[in-house]
Amino acid sequence: MRSYLPAYDMRVPLELDEALETMARAPGEWKPFAGGTDLMVLLEQGKLAHRKFLSVARLKGLYGFALTDDHVTLGAMITYRQVQATAILQQEFPLLCRAAYETGGIATQNRGTLGGNIANASPAADSPPALLVYDAELELVSARGARWVPYAGFHLDYKKLDMRPEEVIRNIRLPRTKKNWRQHYRKVGTRRAQAISKVCFAGAALVDGGEINDVRIALGSVAPTVLRCRKTEALLRGSLTTEMVRAACDELAREIQPIDDFRSTARYRTRVAQKLLAEFLLGLIAPPAGDRA
Amino acid sequence: MQSDSMADRFIGKSIPRKEGRAKVTGRALYVDDMVMPGMLYGATVRSPVARGRIRGIRYAQGIPWDEFTIVTAQDIPGKNCVALMLNDQPCLADQVVNHAEEPVVLLAHPDRYLLEEARRAVELDIEPLPAVFTIDESLARQQVVWGEDNIFKSFLVESGDVESAWGHAHLIVEGEYETGAQEQLYIEPQGMIATFTAEQGLTVWGSMQCPYYVHRALMTLLDLPVNQVRVIQTETGGGFGGKEEYPSMIAGHAALLARKSGKPVKIVYDRMEDMAATTKRHPSRTRHRTAVTREGKLLAMDIEFVVDGGAYATLSPVVLSRGTIHAAGPYFCPNVRIRSQAVATNFPPHGAFRGFGAPQSIFALERQMDQVAKVLGLAPEELRRRNFVKQGETLAVGQVVREKVDMAGLMERALELSDYYAKRKRFAEENPRREVKKGIGLASFLHGAGFTGSGERYLASLVGAEATPEGRVRVLAASTEMGQGTMTVFSQIAAEALGVDYDMIEIVQPDTAVVPNSGPTVASRTCMVVGKLVESAVLGIRQQLLSSGLLPERYTSEQFRQACRQFIENHGALKSSSEYSAPPGVYWDDDKYRGDAYGAYAWAVYVAEVSVDLTTYEIRVDDFVAVQEVGRVINPVLATGQIEGGVAQGIGFALYENVVWQEGQMVNSQMTNYIMPTSADLPPIRVFFEEVPYAHGPGGAKGIGELPIDGPAPAIVNAIENAGGVNVNRIPVTPEVLMEALEGVHA
Repeated sequence: MRSYLPAYDMRVPLELDEALETMARAPGEWKPFAGGTDLMVLLEQGKLAHRKFLSVARLKGLYGFALTDDHVTLGAMITYRQVQATAILQQEFPLLCRAAYETGGIATQNRGTLGGNIANASPAADSPPALLVYDAELELVSARGARWVPYAGFHLDYKKLDMRPEEVIRNIRLPRTKKNWRQHYRKVGTRRAQAISKVCFAGAALVDGGEINDVRIALGSVAPTVLRCRKTEALLRGSLTTEMVRAACDELAREIQPIDDFRSTARYRTRVAQKLLAEFLLGLIAPPAGDRA
Repeated sequence: MQSDSMADRFIGKSIPRKEGRAKVTGRALYVDDMVMPGMLYGATVRSPVARGRIRGIRYAQGIPWDEFTIVTAQDIPGKNCVALMLNDQPCLADQVVNHAEEPVVLLAHPDRYLLEEARRAVELDIEPLPAVFTIDESLARQQVVWGEDNIFKSFLVESGDVESAWGHAHLIVEGEYETGAQEQLYIEPQGMIATFTAEQGLTVWGSMQCPYYVHRALMTLLDLPVNQVRVIQTETGGGFGGKEEYPSMIAGHAALLARKSGKPVKIVYDRMEDMAATTKRHPSRTRHRTAVTREGKLLAMDIEFVVDGGAYATLSPVVLSRGTIHAAGPYFCPNVRIRSQAVATNFPPHGAFRGFGAPQSIFALERQMDQVAKVLGLAPEELRRRNFVKQGETLAVGQVVREKVDMAGLMERALELSDYYAKRKRFAEENPRREVKKGIGLASFLHGAGFTGSGERYLASLVGAEATPEGRVRVLAASTEMGQGTMTVFSQIAAEALGVDYDMIEIVQPDTAVVPNSGPTVASRTCMVVGKLVESAVLGIRQQLLSSGLLPERYTSEQFRQACRQFIENHGALKSSSEYSAPPGVYWDDDKYRGDAYGAYAWAVYVAEVSVDLTTYEIRVDDFVAVQEVGRVINPVLATGQIEGGVAQGIGFALYENVVWQEGQMVNSQMTNYIMPTSADLPPIRVFFEEVPYAHGPGGAKGIGELPIDGPAPAIVNAIENAGGVNVNRIPVTPEVLMEALEGVHA
């Protein structure tokens, strides 16, 4: 433990209103602390710069679950473990279940939450590419009220969110529109468990009679934020050709901005991102071979 | 003979581990579990730069410095070095630093959290100097960072005449091979507690492999006589060589703080500090030039082997020696020249790690053998078959192989068990259609057990045994249990030799005030060398009982117990000891660097099957067969565990474990970013033993601990080449490395 513990403060409010009022009184002073799977690592390393935290673990309002004909709504505090165990997610949102399964190890999956993962804003997070592909929306709540925002566009820059300091994420809503889309998820982390992504790919396409009618492509670990690749998507319409795959891969290389770091190289990330895109697209031509996610 | 009638009661049986129960129930106490009254915590302030001149040390405001014990090089009463071989490494840097993370200041305080704040508040003012980070830079000597020429040690092995052989060669094949640093990753980080009083002197408790190394280092550092230093090994959670030399450093730090503060001081590293600051496997570069005849016989091998020792010598000379001797492998070749050097750089010192230089030079050789086979148009196994050393032939250093050896037989068995021939054929057919290519490869190798050359003779290890008043037999040795099962194996050996119950044997926890110096727990020597001394020492107990007439020729455990009790009643004590002497005919010439480099070798052939995913460039080991001859296997479950663990560590060395350096500093010093394989990444590891009893090992055993890390890397990389046709000669073969290699080929 390299941090000086007395320098840190943690409050544990029991009601959401109480928590939101605390945050509203001095916006930015108190930061929400959810599963803590990233913050505790920083604390251990002596690198946790922020000192005052509000535990949101006891706030019942963040544990909702609702299923309607149009949406699945998940409370922000849903853990990776719970994501994997939720039947409707297994059936209609397999990429999210796969991402949750591939995140960290079992201990991390038991504590880590989807809302925390979004707010922590790591560009290497495993679930956000799946959420982007599913056109997720977020409900942000503060003492002044609640609002829904599309998840795409929520990450403005590295660790910068389109969210006010007095807001917390209450719900994550997934429109039930992708059930019949062909879906593909692949995390490249070099080892099979306990890995941080070098590249993480999520793709979904609505294919009809060999024609692509709609498509979503999102990647992690290739830019300062998780990235929905709209320019690449724009090239993928109609019947899929080798030229189209090549053009999409070229476009993808322009659209992402990977870096060299101690986990991998920009060259590797670019090449593998392209190959994963090609793998997804070529899979669309092949007859459906069960769930490839 | 008693031992005949009682043969095999314990040897060769998978007796449950003596030390296992306390570990799995959590009763085993590690150094971080120990708390002493008034104890302080210690922390180390380390250099942020790789090389420089210390201009000053500043203690920033806001910390109650008067509450702290502060130690610098000026507080060292004896010689400022970690006494080991060349004594060149300071315990605390004085005026200059030669590597990042080099210790400069020590702090102690009762509050371990405030201690961390204080550590951050010490500012080292260091004027940077140009540093050396590659073997080539070191050899070029533009910066001399150690001694007069950056060379810790060099060796020359010559047999026959390499230069005259080139002209007769059918083919000459050249190759260059590199291996990276590797972290030992024992599960328990380094830790020590020290107490110091004027009357009792110094006592340290901690996690270590070699209590007497620590003992000697502390005597030198604190200028204390033998009886004023006591070193006690606590339960040790893994070592792999990482706790061979470094514990002398951290024990010295705890001791200096304890001496100055007058209080017990505990230093336990966290994982980041442990990974960044302590020793790792030596990176290496090997160049091969091999001449072969038309018939595929080795004619000449010219090998240049260089290891990067880091900033100080630590054990580099002996690591180099073992790597050099293993560089020509289990083959007979009439003309061999091996030129080797250990060079200085400004990395934290590299040190002991399971295999100790051999995995590096064996990787190069076994890759080279595949290249030679390819050029000759021979199958890799066929080239090896034609060149394996046979009983009566000599190895490169002039050692005549006297023991029975059958490498071709081991190889046949390994190839059969791995279904090698069928798979090689099938993969070749199927690979053109597959995005995930399959490959299979092998490595054949040997590993010498015990200290290299005259090491065991100089060491002259001692083991004691004594009977207790309850009629039990206690074994006194300095060999440490660190997960490998020392206590169990020693108990098996002693019980077998005495013909008494296993539970009647006690293995004393190593404590320099109690146990004699039976040498360090390294070099695959514990079972074979120290185990033999255990056998002799307990036989001494039996002999005294027999001579005294208290014990009949044939006896039960109860009769033995009675006899011990009676003997102690009559004579006060019943003790015996045994000192090492070299087996007859074993001789090593230090000056010529020739002779019997090891008393015995273990022999092995490993086969790896891999998948190479051309979408992600990830490599997975799908199956692994390890066939070895290690003499008599004392405890099959423990021996199998040693092989499985070594293979797993070898897979990490080959594919995953990549130390990322920036300006001489490890920047991925966390288990999240230093990728060691998890259980999910490992294949079935199928372990098979051939048993040829060794006449001078206890119950016929040879060494086993290091052998299994020699073979996986070359077998895996040979399999990668078989899968993808790409020649990669640098490990770890991370996906990034494989991508560059493949794109280089296909560009």
